Amino acid sequence: MSILVDKNTRVICQGITGKVGEFHTKGCKEYGTQMVGGVTPGKGGETVQGLPVFDTVIEAVERTGANATMIFVPPAFTADAILEALDAGIEVIIAITEGVPVLDMVHVYEKVRASKSVLVGPNCPGVITPGQCKIGIMPGYIHTPGSVGIMSRSGTLTYEAVWQTTNLGLGQSTCVGLGGDPIVGTSYIDLFRRYEADPQTESIMMIGEIGGSAEEEAAAFVKKHVTKPVAAFIAGRTAPPGKRMGHAGAIISGGKGTATEKVAALRDAGIEVADSPADMGQAMQRAIARKRS
Amino acid sequence: MKIHEFQAKRIFRDNGVAVLENRVASTPQEAADAFHQLGGSFAVVKAQIHAGGRGKGTIVGNPAQRGVQLVRSADEAAAVAQALLGNKLVTIQTGPAGQTVNRVLVEAGCDIGRELYLGAVLDRAAAMPVLMVSSEGGVEIEKVAEESPEKIFKEHFHPQIGLHSFQVRKLCQKLGIKGDSVRSAERFMKTLCSVFTKYDASLVEINPLVVTKAGQLVALDAKMTFDDNALFRHKDVQEFRDLAEEEPAEVRASNAGLSYVKLEGNIGCLVNGAGLAMSTMDIIKLHGGQPANFLDVGGGANAQQVTEAFRILLSDANVKGVLVNIFGGIMRCTTIAQALLEAYRTVGFNVPLVVRLEGTEVEQGRKLLAESGVNIITAEGLTDAAKKVVAAVAAAG
Repeated sequence: MSILVDKNTRVICQGITGKVGEFHTKGCKEYGTQMVGGVTPGKGGETVQGLPVFDTVIEAVERTGANATMIFVPPAFTADAILEALDAGIEVIIAITEGVPVLDMVHVYEKVRASKSVLVGPNCPGVITPGQCKIGIMPGYIHTPGSVGIMSRSGTLTYEAVWQTTNLGLGQSTCVGLGGDPIVGTSYIDLFRRYEADPQTESIMMIGEIGGSAEEEAAAFVKKHVTKPVAAFIAGRTAPPGKRMGHAGAIISGGKGTATEKVAALRDAGIEVADSPADMGQAMQRAIARKRS
Repeated sequence: MKIHEFQAKRIFRDNGVAVLENRVASTPQEAADAFHQLGGSFAVVKAQIHAGGRGKGTIVGNPAQRGVQLVRSADEAAAVAQALLGNKLVTIQTGPAGQTVNRVLVEAGCDIGRELYLGAVLDRAAAMPVLMVSSEGGVEIEKVAEESPEKIFKEHFHPQIGLHSFQVRKLCQKLGIKGDSVRSAERFMKTLCSVFTKYDASLVEINPLVVTKAGQLVALDAKMTFDDNALFRHKDVQEFRDLAEEEPAEVRASNAGLSYVKLEGNIGCLVNGAGLAMSTMDIIKLHGGQPANFLDVGGGANAQQVTEAFRILLSDANVKGVLVNIFGGIMRCTTIAQALLEAYRTVGFNVPLVVRLEGTEVEQGRKLLAESGVNIITAEGLTDAAKKVVAAVAAAG
């Protein structure tokens, strides 16, 4: 078991004829993901990386049986691409694109929430169930099948956590990059629910950052509903207020969204918090050991 | 992106949000002329810088001069403009060095009945924009939020639908706005919400929003910031960008497609990924050092971009050591290694350099560095890297 994606997931790439879309379609295919096709309006009938290209997502779904999509279209068209995937009934929609205008996401978010589909991202590295299915831009080889569910708002910091859990022999069940934007399709809480219900996931790691209140909300949820060991790290303890730290969402505004507040909320929920980004894997081990005792 | 008050007011006026008559002046003479043109018995001269808190801010070397001042004659307008223009204004948001005033806004006065607060922002938790109003106008809204949150009232609005009339009525009731003023408030608030959406703003703030003695709502101040990701569809807003208000190194970085924020410390950081870049700053601090910057070279940076990143770091006189922390995914460690050697050849390293590489093509990257003969301190893992750079900077004195 795993969450969201596994070896049976059939994946298309929206934006497959672009340089980046093609590059990562190749990478996912090489990892062993069942890539079944791609979509670029106006390029239907072409073949990319041995895969058929369609003009519309609905056609791709009808012809290939795809149930997941990886979106690489430019930011101005990302909202439309997500809505198209939703309309075609794709169950897992993963939007990698960085730089989507946030107001575009208000309407998309409402639609996604009212549907049975799941949207991950935008501005995220993607989702991987090690050894089975990689949808996104993460380097596959740092992952190893195992028991930790890892979720994060940041890409390379997730790799760091993955690498540490791999080196400690824990491995990962499924890793999800939520995305660094102010509005993203999937929250920590959505994933806590899934990880808690997933038999392969024995422990959960949550990697957060300054800005917003998603970590505090997640902490409150964990306190009430999560029985598995949980570890966390918050990036940006030294970030000054009012300055955007790369991600559109990573900004301390009006004295809210500081790392100190978040860490306090997490600890209050009984979550093992790593003080250093080098300590994420060991924090997970401590959380597991504490739960056993 | 931030813009000036006078620019935000131009947007307001063009879209039907009530503002007072005003003129922009960049010389004392223009300020005097503006006073005449406005034709009132008094006017207000306001320093135009991007930071807030101007009314309480003071001029460096002239602490009696505030950033906002009431004037009663053209001569006085010119004198105040003289005292502000070309000088540095320090406010709670500028830092101790202050920000140079290049323009002033000369604005007509009005009969203030009441001062309110009004702001529109994105409520991330609700995934929807929200209009916030408060009866506590003219004071710091963060303070109100902290001390008396019950005085702030909120209504969410959908970008495509806008604010409903009943929502305005609810807010008016809370604020004690009555009679004909309700109609003025309806027009004002609805228009403001549509401006928020139309321009892809991330913040629109009016503090204070004034209800005149005649019962009309007028924006006495105006602050707008914009979603950088949406600027591509707002050429008119892009033209409002004032590079003089931005940190030169940050402008240089953004031109190169890099995300850079200057900080106060002395350890330069070059990292891929925003989360890892923040964490690198954190771990430096954890081991007793002070980061000089946030720098995310991004996932797909090429050799030129990375070389430019090194140049930006090394041009900061405060930097006494540099930590390169790369976890290659899309970014190949070889790209970083080559860029690093290129930067060494073209700019040279006059400070210690600690490099930690992991991920894609890590072995080749390390080999390139080892064989180059360039004096680089290599590190294994995050902790080792942070300790080494802190030690190297301490040793360099």
